[in-house]
Amino acid sequence: MGNRSHIRAALFFLAPALIAIGVFFFIPVIAAFVLSFTDFDIYSLANLEYARFTGFKNYTRIFDDPLFWKALKNTLYFLLIGGPLSVAVSLCAALLLNSRLIRFKTFFRLAYFTPVVTTLVAIAVVWRFVYHPRFGLLNYMLSWFGVSPVDWLGDPNWAMPAIILMAVWKNFGYNMIIFIAGLQNIPKELYEAASIDGASWWQQFRSITIPMLAPTTLFISIITMIGYFQLFAEPYVMTQGGPLNSTLSIVYYMYQMGFRWWNMGYSAALAFVLFALILIGSLIQSRIQKKTKIA
Amino acid sequence: MKAMTRIFLYLALVIIAGVTLAPLLWMLSASFMPRGEASVFPPPLIPVTFTLEHYIDLFTRGNLARYLFNSAFLSVCVTIISLVINSMAGYAFAKYRFPGRDSVFKLLVSSMIIPAQVTMLPLFLMLNKMGFINTYMGVIIPGMAGIFGIFLIRQFAASIPDSLIEAARIDGAGDFKIYWSIILPLCKPILITLGIFTFMGTWNDFLWPLIVMTDDSMYTLPVALANLSLEHVQDTELMMAGSVMTVAPVLILFAAVQKYYISGIMAGSVKE
Repeated sequence: MGNRSHIRAALFFLAPALIAIGVFFFIPVIAAFVLSFTDFDIYSLANLEYARFTGFKNYTRIFDDPLFWKALKNTLYFLLIGGPLSVAVSLCAALLLNSRLIRFKTFFRLAYFTPVVTTLVAIAVVWRFVYHPRFGLLNYMLSWFGVSPVDWLGDPNWAMPAIILMAVWKNFGYNMIIFIAGLQNIPKELYEAASIDGASWWQQFRSITIPMLAPTTLFISIITMIGYFQLFAEPYVMTQGGPLNSTLSIVYYMYQMGFRWWNMGYSAALAFVLFALILIGSLIQSRIQKKTKIA
Repeated sequence: MKAMTRIFLYLALVIIAGVTLAPLLWMLSASFMPRGEASVFPPPLIPVTFTLEHYIDLFTRGNLARYLFNSAFLSVCVTIISLVINSMAGYAFAKYRFPGRDSVFKLLVSSMIIPAQVTMLPLFLMLNKMGFINTYMGVIIPGMAGIFGIFLIRQFAASIPDSLIEAARIDGAGDFKIYWSIILPLCKPILITLGIFTFMGTWNDFLWPLIVMTDDSMYTLPVALANLSLEHVQDTELMMAGSVMTVAPVLILFAAVQKYYISGIMAGSVKE
């Protein structure tokens, strides 16, 4: 086995993947970066010569664009409320399913996980009717408690909370599975020792479960954040970004700019702002995590 | 005390199960209601008169058979092609020593943080130049290889003992033979898991097929359903039937293979 034939075999195995990823992932990333400094629009689509370099104009335009700020605010609202809520619900469900007192765990775990594998578009269509102001299930159930009907998706104040609720419902099962794996990795002896010392459930939870789960929680927080930054299908199907742009997200705005109005240079700049936000968000989360670990 | 806790735990579990399943059960139930029956107050939970008219409508007046085919065909193609390409690369990263291996792998893994949306505009322009817009290739090409898949397979293949590969080599097996008849069979669990992930991901994907497929006859189920739901806002029962047809195939697949799916999530989460 010569070293050269060894390398040749490695290249043979790697070539298809590296070519595919290089041509259809890395080149587009670089091209998008270049695109974001041009005024590429529908005319350039027909003839590339109509596209010109415009320097940082797209980026400065973003900062003056009230719709971008609106989309950013909405996305952060979705992310900062929906993300932690989703992680909290996942953790609660995982704790329930990890309890030694209960049976039928497989059934419950499957039930909770079902929304995760369903198609988001179909779920959004279904929830649009769950939220129907007159005939929806949610208002019907709230009416048992004397709550008067809410126009969930038609009211700018309620549309985003409604989308958050649906997203949590759809996603919590995924993180729940990861939390269950994390919980099962905590050595049982820790809890036994704590029980002998007379620690209450809450004390054990705070001083064993939470710190032992920290790496899992960091992983979950980051993947949840990345996913939530990419909010798109829910507003597309349920509200079309409305009412009054109250559910317009960054990706939705990017989609409209790029593929509805063909302002591709501007849309590419939006994509890179999204990327920068995701990067910053991930760094902040790892930093916070490290700090709390030292403390 | 213990009995009280147990009752409380079961109560919580049952309520959460009710909340997670209710919208799905209602979707199924409403899809069998005659037109307009779901739009009354209080919302009926079970159809008074049972009908299949919406399903028949979707197939005869709509193009449902075509959407089903598009979704299934694309999901199967992307799954098979990406499994072959990713497993080859994952194996090479795990078991071959060559200059730059670790830095290339590191570059790939760290670029996983780049959101797919960044690539979409240039990808659209490229595929447009190649004439792949509104064709199956438009969806298949960007799905051919995936960094996450390569990562999963590399982690798994790394645990295969080198002695197995050496023994096969001494017996005169070539590199491809070793990959095909030793590595692939041993990687079966992770290949099944990754295959399910890819299949469901392609089936459920929305933004990219929405961009690439411009013609009704090329729509996947989610794109067609989104379109239908924006055009026929009033036809609740029809749309529920469409949602059932979109969700049912993946749910059935999930029910059949849930063990692999769930173990895959755990494998993917144990990074580093």
